[in-house]
Amino acid sequence: MTVGLFIPCYIDQFYPQVGMATVKLLEKFGIDFEYPFEQTCCGQPMANSGCTSDAKKVAEKFYNEFINYDQIICPSGSCVAMIKHQYPHLLPDKDIKPLSEKTYELVEFLTEISEINQLEVSYPHKVGIHQSCHGLRELKLASATELRIDSYNKVETLLKKVKDIEIISLDRSDECCGFGGMFSTYEEAISCSMGNDRIQDHLKHQATIITGVDMSCLMHLEGLIKRQKSPLQVKHIAEILVGEQ
Amino acid sequence: MNHAVKASKFIEDIERTKWHNDALWFLRQKRDRISDTIPEWEDLREKASLIKDHVISNLDEYLIEFENNAIRNGIKVHWAIDGEEHNRTVYDILKNHNVTKVVKSKSMLTEECHLNPFLEEKGIEVVDTDLGERIIQFRNEPPSHIVVPAIHLKKEEIGELFEEKLNTEKGNSDPQYLTEEARQHLREKFLEAEAGITGVNFAVASEGGVVVCTNEGNADLGTNLPPIHIACMGLEKIVPGKEELAVFLRLLARSATGQPITTYTSHFFGPRKDGEMHIIIVDNGRSKILGEEDFKKSLACIRCGACINTCPIYRRSGGHSYGYVIPGPIGSVLAPHYNMKKHQSLPFASTLCGSCTNVCPVKIDLHHQLLKWREVLTQQGFIKPSKKLMMKLMGIALNSSTLYGIAAFFAKSLRWMPRFMIYHSLNKWGNQREIPEPAKESFKTAFKKHKKSK
Repeated sequence: MTVGLFIPCYIDQFYPQVGMATVKLLEKFGIDFEYPFEQTCCGQPMANSGCTSDAKKVAEKFYNEFINYDQIICPSGSCVAMIKHQYPHLLPDKDIKPLSEKTYELVEFLTEISEINQLEVSYPHKVGIHQSCHGLRELKLASATELRIDSYNKVETLLKKVKDIEIISLDRSDECCGFGGMFSTYEEAISCSMGNDRIQDHLKHQATIITGVDMSCLMHLEGLIKRQKSPLQVKHIAEILVGEQ
Repeated sequence: MNHAVKASKFIEDIERTKWHNDALWFLRQKRDRISDTIPEWEDLREKASLIKDHVISNLDEYLIEFENNAIRNGIKVHWAIDGEEHNRTVYDILKNHNVTKVVKSKSMLTEECHLNPFLEEKGIEVVDTDLGERIIQFRNEPPSHIVVPAIHLKKEEIGELFEEKLNTEKGNSDPQYLTEEARQHLREKFLEAEAGITGVNFAVASEGGVVVCTNEGNADLGTNLPPIHIACMGLEKIVPGKEELAVFLRLLARSATGQPITTYTSHFFGPRKDGEMHIIIVDNGRSKILGEEDFKKSLACIRCGACINTCPIYRRSGGHSYGYVIPGPIGSVLAPHYNMKKHQSLPFASTLCGSCTNVCPVKIDLHHQLLKWREVLTQQGFIKPSKKLMMKLMGIALNSSTLYGIAAFFAKSLRWMPRFMIYHSLNKWGNQREIPEPAKESFKTAFKKHKKSK
């Protein structure tokens, strides 16, 4: 069985360490994977802007590159949600079910498929979890606070396997950070206000690290944090899971 | 003016934005707490959603059933194709009875049809009797929320307004005092009124009657004091029978304000003795939405406002930033049906976080409809040329590994570019945020090295 690794465009360019942490995790757990070098992007920026025909071509490219893998892993909830939920509409002439069914966000893969029990890494920090909306509400990585269902949180469950980690609780545990792709520049004022409110919530509860499954949300928060010269840091969950301090 | 511009104006007042955000979040929390006490909450939502799907698919039959039963109950039923016909119908009824003074309880439909200015122009005095509605009527502005229409105002502002309009004590903004003064003022208006207009929350087909939910009892006074009652409803308000009504009554107030039920749930199943009751069934674009597969589910909306309360964009931008009678996610889904050009920015006033879809008691796929609208608007040409070009170029670059590599090479130039070349007025990202620095080597390069070293 071969797994195809999908590293989204912005991680490739801006956060290669997140991609490498994902590689280390897969190697650590003996998962046989390949990284197709021709890959670029899932097409979400175009799809969410309404530019369907531009997105369609990129989606087709992705489809052709990944369809033959047994499973596809990606360290981004938003990109996986795109593949699972928007591809059927973008590629109506393709049988998309096999592709969407075997595409997994990293946390989902580690908890559901690999059933990782021990990580044997230590991370002695106060960590706040940013529940990215697409991971939360599209991929259902945790129970959203709006729903009256039994509470669960795959992200937190996995993080708790890390030694010495302290996970803080938040006042608004799953409010959006305001990134939203093009929204971040189109509605810059609201976007930054939402991001600042998230940062304040983490600071109020003494977090020193904000983590999550989507580097795009964290990129937005990091942009605000750096400008404000706040001591907070952002780390993708893969970096914590391999114990990168 | 688009949503982003109006929102950025609203947000300039940081203190007010925080207060507005917290006030609505408080409603969301109340909704969470009370729905927590209903073990079958999610089943109830599912049931409500299925009932609405069924009604939307069989609307023609249910409307006729409703009409027949209403006529049998002695109610006069009118049909209106649009807002104008609705307004004319109301006016004709009033004129036939020489009515010059009307009281009206809360009705989003009459807001949608702009009934008040229409009647006022004809010399009829219309008094909104819901306290929040009366406040914004005094201010001559539209509601900023469909359930709590004056939520954008602070008590001090209402104190000042009442000083001017109701001669209240100067500087007194005690809510209890102001409410009592409004109550006395409205009591006079109720006694003077010759007809009462209400909205409709639910129209029960099997009974031929309507249900109106209020917290202030103003619909009851407004219909029981004057001899004429005109109930105005959108044609999607139909529920099949009493059993289905019960499902929605359990959901409505809990979703809206976190109350188990509204203080008054008034059933109007016929005219009172020696009185007249009229129902106006209004289309105003609804049958067009019914014909659109991707959007027809929005007709299931029961106007509870839960999606508005939970929306992080609404909470920080206020209802008036939407420029449509219904704000928030549901408003952004409905508005472009009426005027695509005017409301083109609304489907983009969302991060697509999906919280709206999750709180919706009838399970409207709100954030997916917003995304669908983006596609439709772009196809119809409502996209800035610069954005279109950018997406086109992005699409081309991402569709080819070589071009992607070249684009990445240029992105790397950000590493050595001086700050003034990166952070300028055209770079909206950089106004309050740092741009992520492109890595020295991409993942592709790092991974190649890593593979070689093994």
